[in-house]
Amino acid sequence: MSDPTTVPAAAPPAPDAVPLASPGAVMTLRDVSVAFSGKVAVRDVSFDVAINQVTALIGPSGSGKTTLLRSLNRMHDMTRGAVVSGSIKLGTLDVYGPAMAPTLLRSRVGMVFQRPNPFPTMSIYDNAVSGLRFNGVRNKALLDEAAESALIAAALWDSVRGRLRAHASTLSGGEQQRLCIARALAVEPEVLLMDEPTSSLDPSATKRIEELIGELKDRVSIVIVTHNMQQASRVSDTCVFLLMGEDRAGELVEAAPTTKLFSAPSDPRTDDYVNGRFG
Amino acid sequence: MTIMAADPVLARRAEIQRIAEATDHRRQLLSRLALLACRACLVITLIPLVALLVYVVIRGASAWSWAFFSHLPTPAGIPGGGIWNAIVGSIIIDAIAAAGAIPFGIAAGLFLADSDGRIAGTVRLAADVLSGVPSIVVAIFAYAVLVAHGIGHFSAVAASFAIGILMLPVIMRASETAIRGVPTVLSEAGLALGARRATIARRVVLPAALPGLLTGVLLAVARGAGETAPLLLTTINSQFFSASPTKPLAAVPLVIYENGIQAYPDLVKIAWGSALFLIVMVLVLSVGSRLVAARLRRVRYE
Repeated sequence: MSDPTTVPAAAPPAPDAVPLASPGAVMTLRDVSVAFSGKVAVRDVSFDVAINQVTALIGPSGSGKTTLLRSLNRMHDMTRGAVVSGSIKLGTLDVYGPAMAPTLLRSRVGMVFQRPNPFPTMSIYDNAVSGLRFNGVRNKALLDEAAESALIAAALWDSVRGRLRAHASTLSGGEQQRLCIARALAVEPEVLLMDEPTSSLDPSATKRIEELIGELKDRVSIVIVTHNMQQASRVSDTCVFLLMGEDRAGELVEAAPTTKLFSAPSDPRTDDYVNGRFG
Repeated sequence: MTIMAADPVLARRAEIQRIAEATDHRRQLLSRLALLACRACLVITLIPLVALLVYVVIRGASAWSWAFFSHLPTPAGIPGGGIWNAIVGSIIIDAIAAAGAIPFGIAAGLFLADSDGRIAGTVRLAADVLSGVPSIVVAIFAYAVLVAHGIGHFSAVAASFAIGILMLPVIMRASETAIRGVPTVLSEAGLALGARRATIARRVVLPAALPGLLTGVLLAVARGAGETAPLLLTTINSQFFSASPTKPLAAVPLVIYENGIQAYPDLVKIAWGSALFLIVMVLVLSVGSRLVAARLRRVRYE
């Protein structure tokens, strides 16, 4: 396979071409493999996460999208037998390097999960500032400022400003997911990982989250896993297409600007997938 | 993207990262201390268990011999006695108790798992109270009902009755938990195929809950097998061999109770051998139930 991180020179640059080279990259992955108890789940994946852009990981079930996403903020550290190899960098820092504290990394690389998971015993406000408190922030003014800013950014402020002390469980599913986004944003991470954030939401809640993703780009670089190709084409600037290899390990097929990947993919397998011929 | 709009965010990001890094050392230290405290508590709770096991094994292992398991008790002062009659007695008493408690317990657990009404709440409360009732209270109840009146004399079935009552709430609540663990979507799939509730319970829910049911039942049996108070007031004990449930039978816990405080070293030795026997039985039942449960789960999901 040719180096997947570079758009082939022959292809004319799309008008909204994304700079994939390291200068514009907030995170870089080189030959990243993830194995669980010796079983390889993701093999030799390389791509860049462009700064202030949305990068979508797409591919059928079992292609290792979520596994790859969770390796970016060291969530696999908690899984016994999980080994991440290759190089993952946040800026110039080695994510798996000896100098990197996983907790500090996760305050810089936030995450939103498939199902809304606000802390059930906390109020809306406490949920929003939970990450800050976990990281030692005690300053009330800073907490308030960050909560308001994050709730505004998550398009939740107007509906919750009058009931910040109410329990998070009083919110609807879509609102809960936006609270989870606000909770992640309040820590002001540089990168936000989203693992199929709309898979448990109805179409209108999904639409709001998708709109939100576009608005958040200025604030945070986003990596989103989605099994919905329409969603990938709507929200992302770059698409990374993964496919399960012969030994059931996920492999990168193609990484390209979204418009190119959907209109003129380099790999016939990408063409088949994005045009719904399999998967 | 305008630099102006991003500015407060960047400033806040810098501030938050500064605080996070500045407090990281202290938070890490606290985290380590807390973890250390948890480990220390774990070790402290394990000490009595390990000490007890070691002591019983040391005292009891020397009592174990072929004669110990196959001989009948001998009078004080005459060596070579065993607990064969007590083993048989215990098996009979506990088997009858389990045979009575298991169907009622699982059926009640099924009911509890399926209902949240007032009746279920009352039954649940009753089960909780029953599991908190001291076994000697259950014993005197069994004595009054069966020994003093119903049967009219001491017997193994009276002991089974008392022990069964003690097993019942354990099986009930364990079954309820196991059955509640079966995903609702499975029952709904059955409903949507036109099955009746009883059919769904029998063909879908109970088989799916089997590993949990088994664990609950075996733990209840293990607990019942170690009960002593109910035996004292119902089957009193016997120095002879009998396999008739309507007669007073010997039982392993009673051997410990009666021999443990005797002045004759041979009898005390037999008490320790019996204590080890009970512990090994509980161990075999617990480990066995886990192995079987794990095997059932593996067969099903792989």
